[in-house]
Order: sequence, then structure tokens, then C-alpha cells
Amino acid sequence: MQAPTNVIERATLWHGPRAFFRRLRTGDEVAHIITLIFAAVVVGITALLVYQLWIQSVLSRQKFGWAFFFTHVWDPLAGQFGALPFLYGTLVTAAIGLCLAVPLGLGTAIFLSEFSPPRVSDSLAFLVDLLAAVPSVIYGLLGIFIMVPWLRTTVEPALKSTLGFLPLFQGPTYGVGFLAAGLILAVMVVPFIVSVSREVLIAVPREQREAALALGATRWETIWKAVVPFAKSGIIGSVFLALARALGETMAVTMVIGNDPKVSASLFAPGYSIAAVIANEFTEATGNLYLSALIELGLVLFVLTFVLNGLARLLVLATTTRGAAHE
Amino acid sequence: MKKTIASVWVGLALLLAGALLVSCSKNANNASGGQLPVLINGAGSTFGYPIYSRWADDFHKAHPNVQINYQSVGSGAGIRQLIAGTVDFGASDAPMTSEQMGQAKVPALHFPTVLGAVVPTYNIPGVTAELKFTPEALSGIFLGKITKWNDVAIARANSGVQLPANSIVVVHRSDGSGTSFIWTDYLSKVSPGWKARVGASTSVNWPVGLGGKGSEGVTGLIQQTPNSIGYVELTYAIQNHILYGSVQNSSGAFVKASLDSVTAAAAATSDSMPADFRVSITNPPGKDGYPIASFTWLLVPTQIPDVTKREAITSFLHWMLKEGQNDAESLAYAKLPSVLTAKEDATIAQIH
Repeated sequence: MQAPTNVIERATLWHGPRAFFRRLRTGDEVAHIITLIFAAVVVGITALLVYQLWIQSVLSRQKFGWAFFFTHVWDPLAGQFGALPFLYGTLVTAAIGLCLAVPLGLGTAIFLSEFSPPRVSDSLAFLVDLLAAVPSVIYGLLGIFIMVPWLRTTVEPALKSTLGFLPLFQGPTYGVGFLAAGLILAVMVVPFIVSVSREVLIAVPREQREAALALGATRWETIWKAVVPFAKSGIIGSVFLALARALGETMAVTMVIGNDPKVSASLFAPGYSIAAVIANEFTEATGNLYLSALIELGLVLFVLTFVLNGLARLLVLATTTRGAAHE
Repeated sequence: MKKTIASVWVGLALLLAGALLVSCSKNANNASGGQLPVLINGAGSTFGYPIYSRWADDFHKAHPNVQINYQSVGSGAGIRQLIAGTVDFGASDAPMTSEQMGQAKVPALHFPTVLGAVVPTYNIPGVTAELKFTPEALSGIFLGKITKWNDVAIARANSGVQLPANSIVVVHRSDGSGTSFIWTDYLSKVSPGWKARVGASTSVNWPVGLGGKGSEGVTGLIQQTPNSIGYVELTYAIQNHILYGSVQNSSGAFVKASLDSVTAAAAATSDSMPADFRVSITNPPGKDGYPIASFTWLLVPTQIPDVTKREAITSFLHWMLKEGQNDAESLAYAKLPSVLTAKEDATIAQIH
């Protein structure tokens, strides 16, 4: 069966440079092949990335095994490497960032899509998009020179005196630390949530709103019970986009997190994140085990982002099918 | 349609031919100038980058056929590239370890180029005086054993200065750097406790403190945080007019870092200088030397098979030790003492 088709294919190629050019102009075949190649390249790059991280981290993986994730000593001189403080710092700062950015971003998106006049909405959305275009080192500089002193002198003492009974808000206040990094991340990821959520909310069909209003719902009830649930999967998607960004952010975080590899319950304490330690130590890392440990951290960050993205897909899938079942 | 495609091809072919012609004639011009162009690639230390790029520029002016291309990728990366043989020379703020020397296929020579020093800088509200630090005070603070500014170990050397009873916030470099190497190397020499617990390296497991990225990150944190102390390169402190303290040297004198006191420190160790120049000069003998100083090195393979490259590199090294040294002070580096440049100049002959 194989041979005849091959012969035919080869025949068309062989006989028809002219036919080939005609097809090229009409485009379908070529578009198919070219886009396929592009898609394959993207997949190939990802695979190559994982492969490289995997083989280059072999020393560290063999020496530390799973203990890499549970030990907290990072001593390049003694050759002791544990990822726990970095993993902890990455997750905690991303969590703080999202806790602040989700309500802020969603609220802004709802206002822009539902309450504000279209012209205002468009220009405000443009401004929000601009926030996403600011380089992260600028956020870091603003963080260290403006936000950090403000946190140290105003916000952190206030939190300490009101909520100081919680272990989250105890200990000395330096300004830099988990809270500062989380705040910076919140500002940096808000634009992702706002612009995607706004588009999704605008795309909700008019009938959905009219039906709710016709049933006697107030405007807010319409938004919260009819419009937002309809756009849920898109909104969750925007949140996970923001999360991926927060996990991988390097420059702004390293400038305000304090860069101290410790696991502390207090949000005021200095910490460290995976992306920050790689950026800080990779260029001067001497010794193969040290390099290997840094590369393994890169692998961990990759896997973490991959898993969270997978979870996001599952969540979107679960919520949309449940919605369909209700209907 | 076909015609257009054809004419595009013809156009491209013409362009290509033109480019080839131009490049050929360029080569011919160079050849008629007498010497073939030589491209030398180097990589490493970011600390040395300002002066190395100045030297590359000046040397190129004096020897138009030699182009030196220096990438400031960091000392660690410089050593790795030298071991891998992907560069003609490396540059590092810390000498290669014996393990690294063993990994290199061709043995490498160390050539000290200029000197750098590291100074303690601090921000204590109400204190504008230049503080004096004893080795015990510095190691105690960075080990987390001295936690208050009015601790007797600090106050004893600073009579007349009103030090507050506030907690000390320690700031160190978070990125791996030659600056941290010099600082921790000094602390290891003056404090057995530091040596046992922390050691000397470009990145260490700091007992206490916040990490700032780069000199600007450390300075930023110190300026933002009351009662803090950290360390920066002398070059950086001079260029940015940062207040820094003096340090007690091995003969008991408090010395403020300056280009002269750093060169003096290097001169004091020149008698005991090993033949391979892999030496730490922190805490040197002598009463004039500033104790927290170090060389930065060029790393050059002993064997360079390509004759034109070898000649270019050796003549650059000779030039660097003579004319090049005059550039050092304008860029706020301390220059090498003359006893040392003579020794180094003799070593260049080992490259073959």
C-alpha cells in the first residue's frame, strides 16, 4: 500500500515545478507545511529545553535526590544545596501577588466592561496595558527607592500593631522581604488579569445580561450571577497567566526580596526565590556541582510552571463542563 | 509574476557578488598594510571590565591590526570559558583553584593587572563621622555576634562618636562576585570563627543579613535602611561619593582605603609573592597597607599555537604592564607596585 502513494507523491513533485508554483500561489499546501514546521519548532524548543536542564542537572540530582526539595542549607563552599527556601519564597511571593492582584484586577475589569462608558473603558484599558510594558528593572528600582521605605516606616508597623498576633506579621521590619516582593508582583501581574478578563467580559452575549435583568435582578446581581460565571474560564485563564508571570519574575523580585535563603513564617522577613538565585549566582558559579544545582533549580521552576498550567487547564475544563451540565 | 521573482533573484545575486568584491578588496587593503588582522577574544571579571575595555581600545590605537574583544560575563564564566578553550584569555577576581587548574587542558598563567579594594560602608542616623573598624568588630558584625551599634567592640575604637543602641542590619552582595570573595577572604584571615563557619568564596552561606544585587543594590539597601552596614568596591565608593570607614591593619594602624594604601598593601607582599601570582594579599604586613585588597587577574594559556595570536597577546601583556598601568588611576583602580610589574614581565616569556 505504501509504495504506490509514494510513487504518486514523488511523481507530482517531479513532474510539476509548475504545478508546485501554482499551489504555492494558492497557498493551502504551503501554509500547511510552513505552519506545521513552526509548530514543530516551538515544541522542539520546549523539549530541548527540558532535555538540557535534565542532563545538565545530573550531578545535583544524583547527589541530593529528593532531599534537594526538603533541605534548606545553600552553601556553595561546602557543596550543600537545598532548594526549600527558594521554592518556598517563589510560592509565597506568587501567592501574595495573586491574593492582591486578583480582586484588584477583576474589579477593574468589571468596572471597565460593565460600568464605564466605552470611550473611558478603552483609554483606561490602554493605560493598564502600558503597565505591562514597563521593564521589570524599573519596577524593582521604584520598589527599592519608594515602596520599601514606605513599607518599613508605614505599612509594616501598622500591620504589626493591628495584626501582630498572627505569626505572619511579626519580627523586625526591614522593608524588603516576602511582602515587598509580593506587592511588586501584584502590580506587575494586574495588567494581565485586567486586559484578558475585560475582553472576556465584553464578549459575554447581551442576551445573558438581558435575561437576568428581565428576571428582576439588580445590575450587580446580573454581573455577579450571570456575566462573571459565564466568563469564568477566561478569567481563570487570565489568573494563571498572571501566576506564570509571577513565578518566573526575576529582576524586580531580587531587588526587593532581601535575597536571604531562609524559610520564615513572617511576611516581613527577607527570603529568596528560584528565579532570583539563578540570576544572582549563575555567572559566578564555579564548580560543577554548584552549576548543576542551579540548573536543577531551573528545572524545578519549569516543572512547577508546567504543573500549575496543567492544573489551570483542568480547572477551566471542569468549570466549563459543569456549566454546560447546568444548562 | 515569474519575471518579478526572477528579477529579485538576479538582484540578490548582484548584491552578493558586490559584497564579496568589497570584502575581498578590504582584505587586500589590510594585507598591503603589512600585518594580518588579529582578533583576540577574552572573557571574565565584570570588576575589571572598565579598564580592560579601555586597554583594548588604547592598544588597538597603538597596534591597529590587533582587535581585543572582552566580554564581561563574570569571573566564574571567564574561568569556565578558559578551561573549555573558547576564549584566548580569561579574567578573574579570584585565582583559579588547583582543581580548576587541573581541568584546563593547557596550563594557565595568572597575571595581576590592577588592584581593587573593598570598603565597609554604613548608614547610622545621626552619625556622620568616619567610623574605625577593628577586624574583631567586622567579623563579629558579619557573623551576627555583634548585634548593636553601641557594642563595646565597635565603640572602643570610636571614642568620641555617639553610637546608638540600635540593632545592626547587615547587607551583603546577593550575586556571586569578586567583591564578596575579597571581603570573605579577609574575614577568613582575621577570624578563625569565620573561616570555620563560612569561608571565602564569591558566594557564601551568609550567617546574617540582607542581600543586594550588585554594588548599586547593596548601596541602595544601605541608604534605605537605617543602622545598616555593608561593603562595596573602593572604585564604586569613590565614584559615587559614598561614606566609608577605615579598617585596622595587621600592625594596628587604622587605614582608610585609597589608591595609594592599596598599592602599598601589594608592595608589602611582593617579597613573599609566589611565582604563579596566585596569592591573596588581604591582611598584609606593613603599617601603610589597607588590609582588604586584592589583585584581579588575566588568565593566559601557556601554549598558544597560533603565532600571530601569541605575539599579539604577549605584546599586549608587556604594554599592559608599562603604558597600561597609567590608565589605572583615572578609572579609580590602584596600579601595581613596580617590583611586581618587573616580575610579571619576566613571566611573559613562559608563553610559547
